[in-house]
Amino acid sequence: MENLALYLPEIGQFALILALVMAVLQVVIPLLGVNQGQLWLMGYARPFAVGQALFLVISLFVLAACFVMDDFSVAYVAANSNSLLPVQFKISAVWGAHEGSLLLWVTMLGLWSVAVALLSRSLPLDMVARVLSIMGMISVGFILFTLETSNPFARHLPSPPMEGGDLNPLLQDFGLIVHPPTLYMGYVGLSVAFAFALAALMSGRLDAAWARWSRPWTTAAWIFLTVGIALGSWWAYYELGWGGWWFWDPVENASLMPWLVATALLHSLAVTEKRGLFKSWTVLLAIFAFSLSLLGTFLVRSGVLTSVHAFASDPERGVFILALLGICVGGSLLLYAIKAPTVASVGRYEVVSRETFLLLNNLVLVVMALAVLTGTLYPLVYDFMGLGKLSVGAAWFNTMFVPLTVILAVLMGLGAASRWKKDTLPRLAGVTAVAALVAIVFAVVTPFIVQGEWQGKVVLGLGVAAWLVAATLADIWKKSHGKLAKIPKLGMSYLGMVLAHTGVAITIVGVTMVSNYSIEKSVRMSPGDVETLGDYQFEFTQSGKIEGPNYTSQAVRFNVIQDGEVIEQLTPEKRHYSARNSIMTEAAIDVTLFRDIYVSMGEPLENGAWGMRLQVKPFMRWTWLGAIFMALGGFLAMLDKRYRRRVGVAQA
Amino acid sequence: MNRILLFVPLAIFALMGITFWVGLGIEDKTSLPSPLIDHPFPEFELGVVEDGRTLTTADLQGKPALVNVWATWCPTCKAEHAFLNELAADGVRIVGINYKDDVEKARDWLAAFGNPYDYNLSDPKGKLGLELGVYGAPETFLVDADGIIRAKHIGDLNADVWKKLKPQFDAMSGAEQ
Repeated sequence: MENLALYLPEIGQFALILALVMAVLQVVIPLLGVNQGQLWLMGYARPFAVGQALFLVISLFVLAACFVMDDFSVAYVAANSNSLLPVQFKISAVWGAHEGSLLLWVTMLGLWSVAVALLSRSLPLDMVARVLSIMGMISVGFILFTLETSNPFARHLPSPPMEGGDLNPLLQDFGLIVHPPTLYMGYVGLSVAFAFALAALMSGRLDAAWARWSRPWTTAAWIFLTVGIALGSWWAYYELGWGGWWFWDPVENASLMPWLVATALLHSLAVTEKRGLFKSWTVLLAIFAFSLSLLGTFLVRSGVLTSVHAFASDPERGVFILALLGICVGGSLLLYAIKAPTVASVGRYEVVSRETFLLLNNLVLVVMALAVLTGTLYPLVYDFMGLGKLSVGAAWFNTMFVPLTVILAVLMGLGAASRWKKDTLPRLAGVTAVAALVAIVFAVVTPFIVQGEWQGKVVLGLGVAAWLVAATLADIWKKSHGKLAKIPKLGMSYLGMVLAHTGVAITIVGVTMVSNYSIEKSVRMSPGDVETLGDYQFEFTQSGKIEGPNYTSQAVRFNVIQDGEVIEQLTPEKRHYSARNSIMTEAAIDVTLFRDIYVSMGEPLENGAWGMRLQVKPFMRWTWLGAIFMALGGFLAMLDKRYRRRVGVAQA
Repeated sequence: MNRILLFVPLAIFALMGITFWVGLGIEDKTSLPSPLIDHPFPEFELGVVEDGRTLTTADLQGKPALVNVWATWCPTCKAEHAFLNELAADGVRIVGINYKDDVEKARDWLAAFGNPYDYNLSDPKGKLGLELGVYGAPETFLVDADGIIRAKHIGDLNADVWKKLKPQFDAMSGAEQ
């Protein structure tokens, strides 16, 4: 048995093959059952889903074990790990590159399938069979892709390297341990909404019940996406070393697009559940959201979005990805074209109604997603045409996003305050007038008091955020008839919405403040020097060396002084990672709720001096705090009684 | 609602798919572009692995060459080595860049597996590799008699890859004669 470790990679690969077999069975048997009307065949959907997930988990654990044991005979381990790497980074290196992240992706798909299998007792068996069968199809495609073109267990034999090439230092960080898995949970989670939509199409049962089943799953995936994106932004902020928190690069855009569409989907599902409307549109959004997730995960990993050449250099992978995307997206859109209902929905609604506001909100969100898609793909198309390389800069995205966000925020306030079916402008104006007034006064007065001057963007940003909060509060006031005790009784779904919308307002405030009021300074500093930036003095006290496990760094110590008192000591570093011979800047950040102080090292200059970059970024934390609120809001909404009541009825 | 309308998303998707596909086709026809293609080989002044003498960019010129980036820590380079030996036997001039490696180990390697290289430049810190935009070993550049980079291949050189690169290399040699 002691030789078992020698064959570990083969065991992992074998488990992956068994998972593939399970996935194929999970596709075929339940669908056959649906087709033949055989309940006992449909009943196999759940056990196969569990079996598949089990083998995927084994496979993933084996790969992690190969990393922990420094098995450099495995090519993927050799390329992404090193014997000196701290053990937590050995584990996170599992998803540090293409092959391992694919394995993580399918494993998560397996786990989501198990979750559906276990938490679907209230669903008719034929729906469960269809949903799991569709999720199985996705699994089959991606396990095949992994085995065929991106096998993480491939070996360097007979002469394995003695030492690995180390994990990209950029990725040796807590952020990498948590960010990709969270984002992937979101991407993969959208497959559940997708599978539900297709199952409903196949069965012809696009109804309120379908929307109700779909909603908590979509919300769960959306929560993961929200947190994942925020983590990514936070990670980029402290790890890349220049204080930016959003770069509009293809990888970020790829996560933002499914988020925008999933947000639209959540609201469209609400309409479908409550009013039985927008069914075709909801289905289409579910297909789009998952398609964009696929685009996000795979095209970015394969490198096609950053460089066409990376794609062409490995045409086997590229063609496989295109084929998979083609089958998945094309197939579902074809099913949509054939099976989506052409009969207009039964429900009626007036022009001024919550339905209309939600539809408008959907349109704005989809336009935003399209803007991101265009900005991301345009350079690619340009390159394809042989016109050379270009990139669509942040300026373009900001020009598109700022006005759309303003419109969206205005609509959010109105939508939440409006009534289903039929509302009137005078009534709506009546209930939101106070909120609007508060918002305008706040937006105009605050910047003037704080800064002594007006900036259009600040007034606009603070204005819509204040409007959103005020309109939401006014709505709570009205619904609870001014009694605090009644607020918890308004329902988890409603309170979730309140929290999430407040989160949007918080993020808007953060983005507005940090974009307009950040100050920074690049200076040459020697030990003993003091620089002033805003209300703070930065004193360079000493410089020295720090020895890390697999790096050595040059570090500088700073005293941050405010009103003559040292409020914080900061130690930015410049790390040299020997295995890859690369240098990383580690910024030092002092955080409070209302501002970040961000110090990073530039280049060493003569006589022990350093080029330093000092920044003060007001309200930085709010940008991510808003995301936490949104996620919590989503979580509350998932806890709503009506999702559990169904279960109760079924069990009774 | 008209059913034809429901086909619109599918049609748009198909159009996008075709664009991608055609784009890939165009991409395949040209050899792998690199920002360095049709640019002079970066300046260098490096020691030679075999005998320690120093060579510069000028020494690269005069005759077309394959410039092959390799290292003893690179298993794929080992897999590639036998094929390089064959090429050298056919009279192809190959210049090695021993990338982020130890000179002693490189000498042992060349003694053990044969030396297909005209000479090997020692690039222990990977500085030349950085200027060449090397992702990882092995990589091979086609450099003409004037020291201009004409093509680049990432990954191991083998019979299949050489089938594609050979016409270009032969043309370079022909132009020179």
